[in-house]
Amino acid sequence: MKDVKPQAIRTAAPGKQGGLNAEIQSRIGHQLRAMYDDVVRQGVPDRFAELIRKLDVPNPDPQLGSTGDQANKNDGRE
Amino acid sequence: MPLTNALRDDILASVPSLRAFAISLSGNGDRADDLVQETLLRALANIDSFQPGSNLPAWLFTILRNLFRSDYRKRRREVEDADGSYAKTLKTQPTQNAHLEFEEFRAALEKLPQDQREALILVGASGFSYEDAAAICGCAVGTIKSRVNRARSKLSALLYVDGADDFGPDDTVRAVIGGSGG
Repeated sequence: MKDVKPQAIRTAAPGKQGGLNAEIQSRIGHQLRAMYDDVVRQGVPDRFAELIRKLDVPNPDPQLGSTGDQANKNDGRE
Repeated sequence: MPLTNALRDDILASVPSLRAFAISLSGNGDRADDLVQETLLRALANIDSFQPGSNLPAWLFTILRNLFRSDYRKRRREVEDADGSYAKTLKTQPTQNAHLEFEEFRAALEKLPQDQREALILVGASGFSYEDAAAICGCAVGTIKSRVNRARSKLSALLYVDGADDFGPDDTVRAVIGGSGG
């Protein structure tokens, strides 16, 4: 159940109702990073690796006026 | 500067944290990946304006944030993350308790004003300095500090002090807190 956390916090920080005590702050920081790092750990999804790889193809002749736009447009911008 | 291989690698290396930032901002995995894609395309299209030696992640985050904000104004969060699609983006399936706590935290984060939320994420999760965060958000360092502080107090109020009422559906939690806290 969920009852452990709030009570533990209360016990740890008696009488500091509106304040930002250290334990609460560290808990918030921890949860924030846990949430964030969970996504970071997923690495680079293929779609982005491919997107950037497509731009690897060097422009054979920039003077033709064709820029890298084509690669971009193919990638379903919406 | 021109798009060198090294620069391309650096951009790729920023993708995981760009995604995390986008998800934290939008609360929605699919939307977040669209944002990241748009950010990359825009960054690559404007790579000439990137100053060599300057902070690449900060530059990319700035682009993403601006895209999010202009898009946000359009959408006004019409698609709320009602079914917890954020959680679906997670690879590791959290345990029931951890999941509940996680959802609670995310819900509280969503309640913060956008300015405060992004400041808190940039400083507290992405690991940017106050100075970098200020540059990303286009505001003064002092403003970032005060946003982060306000975000922290609001979160702590929502989650740990007297925030039980803000989580309406969970009567059990409220009863436990109200009944045993004293």
